[in-house]
Amino acid sequence: MLLETLGLSRSFGGVRAVAGVDLVIAPAQVFGLIGPNGAGKTTFVNIVSGHLRPDAGTVHFAQGDVTGLAPHVLARLGIARTFQGVRLFKGLTVLENVLVGRHARMRPDALRRLWPRGAPDLADREIARSLLDRMGLAARAGALAGELAYGDQRRLEIARALASEPRLLILDEPAAGMNPAESSGLRGLMRDLALNGLTILLIEHDVRLVMGACDRVAVLNFGRKIAEGTPAEVQRNPAVREAYLGAEDVA
Amino acid sequence: MLEQVYNAIFIGSIYALFAVGFALVFSVLDILNLAHPTVFMLGAFVALFAIATLGLPWYVAIVLAFVATGLFGILLDRIAFAPLRRRGAPQLSTMISSIAVTLVVVRLVELRYGGDFITFPRGTVPSFLIQIGDATLEGIRVVIIATALVLMAGLTYLIRSTSIGRDIRALAENPRAARILGVDIERAVAATFFVSSGLGGLAGALLAFAYDSLDSKMGLSLELRAFTVMVVGGMGSLPGAVIGAYVLAFGEVGSLVYLPAELRDAFAFGLLFLVLIARPTGLLGQRNADRV
Amino acid sequence: MDAIADFLSAYSTLIALVGVNALLALSVWITLYAGQLTLGNAAFMGIGAYVSALLGRHLGMPFPLALGLGALAAGVLAVPLGLTVFRLRGVYLAIATLAFGEVLRVILLATPITGKGQGLNGIPPKTELWHIFVSCVVVAYVLWRVQGSTVGRAWAAIREDETAAASQGIAIRRYKLGAFVAGALIAAWAGGLSAHVTFSIDPNDFAFSKAVQILVFAVVGGLPNVAGPILGAALLTALPEILRPLKDYRDIFQGAILLFVIIFLPRGLVTVAQLRRTRRLQKIGAADVA
Repeated sequence: MLLETLGLSRSFGGVRAVAGVDLVIAPAQVFGLIGPNGAGKTTFVNIVSGHLRPDAGTVHFAQGDVTGLAPHVLARLGIARTFQGVRLFKGLTVLENVLVGRHARMRPDALRRLWPRGAPDLADREIARSLLDRMGLAARAGALAGELAYGDQRRLEIARALASEPRLLILDEPAAGMNPAESSGLRGLMRDLALNGLTILLIEHDVRLVMGACDRVAVLNFGRKIAEGTPAEVQRNPAVREAYLGAEDVA
Repeated sequence: MLEQVYNAIFIGSIYALFAVGFALVFSVLDILNLAHPTVFMLGAFVALFAIATLGLPWYVAIVLAFVATGLFGILLDRIAFAPLRRRGAPQLSTMISSIAVTLVVVRLVELRYGGDFITFPRGTVPSFLIQIGDATLEGIRVVIIATALVLMAGLTYLIRSTSIGRDIRALAENPRAARILGVDIERAVAATFFVSSGLGGLAGALLAFAYDSLDSKMGLSLELRAFTVMVVGGMGSLPGAVIGAYVLAFGEVGSLVYLPAELRDAFAFGLLFLVLIARPTGLLGQRNADRV
Repeated sequence: MDAIADFLSAYSTLIALVGVNALLALSVWITLYAGQLTLGNAAFMGIGAYVSALLGRHLGMPFPLALGLGALAAGVLAVPLGLTVFRLRGVYLAIATLAFGEVLRVILLATPITGKGQGLNGIPPKTELWHIFVSCVVVAYVLWRVQGSTVGRAWAAIREDETAAASQGIAIRRYKLGAFVAGALIAAWAGGLSAHVTFSIDPNDFAFSKAVQILVFAVVGGLPNVAGPILGAALLTALPEILRPLKDYRDIFQGAILLFVIIFLPRGLVTVAQLRRTRRLQKIGAADVA
């Protein structure tokens, strides 16, 4: 297993956003996390990525206990993520955004740059450019991230996340606002990445995308895990149906 | 002891009038108006002008101070803040434009009146004493305290129960929604600045009466205290500003008993610092979680 | 050559002042670049000034060493201060650092060894123009190179979006503190240089108005690169001299010019040279400062 949470819980005020969630994600899996609005998916993810501390429970990543570690430490350990609604560095260029993404893997070069001799980060820039290429953004490398169209911004965020060579990639509602062509492109990308050994935790409302791309799916409702299994199993589960109140194609 | 309390209430009232105006603009428009001390100073000088040059009685001078500085506040917004608001400039820019205005206005006042302390013409400012038991208190301070309380109540009424007050609250909470709902933004902004600056100017006039002295720099030290008041009471909270004002005033007067005079200022800022560290939202502020 | 020498000696005080202000503006630039709005650098300047002057006077310490220790003293103080205000954002951070500055000023006013209200007088004029010049060049160069490094990018990322920056492996606290302490060191160094040029210092030299002045230098000059604060400092320091013929109306023009610049060029003077990029930044509403 690559990621395991045991009894993860977190409340805000009186509200239990996440209540005793146990989850296991195996390496190179594409794991989907779904649930109605307010089910606690993003809170769960924020705990896993280090932005929130749990009230109770533990998070294990690659055999180590990472509960409560700061986001930047987790990034170095190999957890990367995108954010709901895209959080790019809008005033930086597309290329710079990806370079920041490589921060965890780059050698700090401030001292070396004091000697005016060349750009020591050529290798990293190459990697950044090839990532942009892969995401179809190479032509826009010099544009400011805030100038990109929404779909391009999402792809940039993924490129940035991949730049840190993560072992686990968390995608928080990457398909929101995407058209069918774009989301099938996303599905293909996720399959490719998983084939190359990357583990993906996908949070999504687009049930079609989840069912088509994921190996396993877990369902949260009111902070609890109410179902888990293959996409087909979960789809058949009456508790899941009830949670969504029959709204099956929430895109 | 009674004198101490009396003084604390008096100083607190001045702080409150000053800080409430400051907090009003901040809470409604997210602007840190560093020109506010200028209207404080202007109010005092308008009062001086009214009394010394126009020969008006002191109570008319106060009203004039309020109205004149209120109008100046609207002008200030039009020149220094509105253009920046329109282009969505960062908060820092508005701070700097208010500083620029301060520079100009202070200098203009100095050109007319010089930079030294000035006193009011003899007999124009009421000066009487009150005996309570052992204590001898200055009467004008009672007037000031009363005025402050009346104005505070008036402001509360304005904000709570009038239509313009409702507009101002809508603007404070959500400018975009307010606009969509048909609130006359320009009018609400103008009203905010009028009230804020008017109160500030009035506070200046009253303080000048109390000490029978005014000068071009009188607003500056108050400005720093206003920060403390706002932070202690809760940024942008009007009742918080009032409470913070009296807390600070009592703290300062009290600390004079134990600390040498030079360190009195340190009390205000030490308090400010501690509150910012321990409870940045102040006594009455809202917690603002950084949502991911 | 003679003309230059004459110019330098006639205006040596002004040039020294420009240099010191440029250093101060650069000290604030670092923190602004990392997204922190600090009003504490005047206080750090004061620490550098007093510590270096006192070390020279009472311990006969050689000038460079006194300057260095002055900077170090400020740096050491900046660490706990930076850590305590770490969580504060925007206006709150500004006010907290301002409060720190005021507390320091009051302490200086009350401590006998600093001469209290009278300040320190008769500080030997050990600063030469070339000291200031070299300091400026070195600091500007280092900051320029750092800006293009992983550290500079990390600061920019923090400024743009702290939460996202953390997820990229950037240790937020460490980088913020780094910018804060770097700013303190430079400001204190400038303070030490300044003290040995102006012969006397008193606590009010390092108060609120100074802190605001430094900030104005940086903002008016512009923040995209190190040229901005230097330009802003140079212009605004020289402006009173240039406007000298206006005598009493000088401040009024200064205020008017400042107002004009901030309203029409809110991202600073250097944006004139970068008009297109600035317009693009403005259109997407990119973060300029905290």
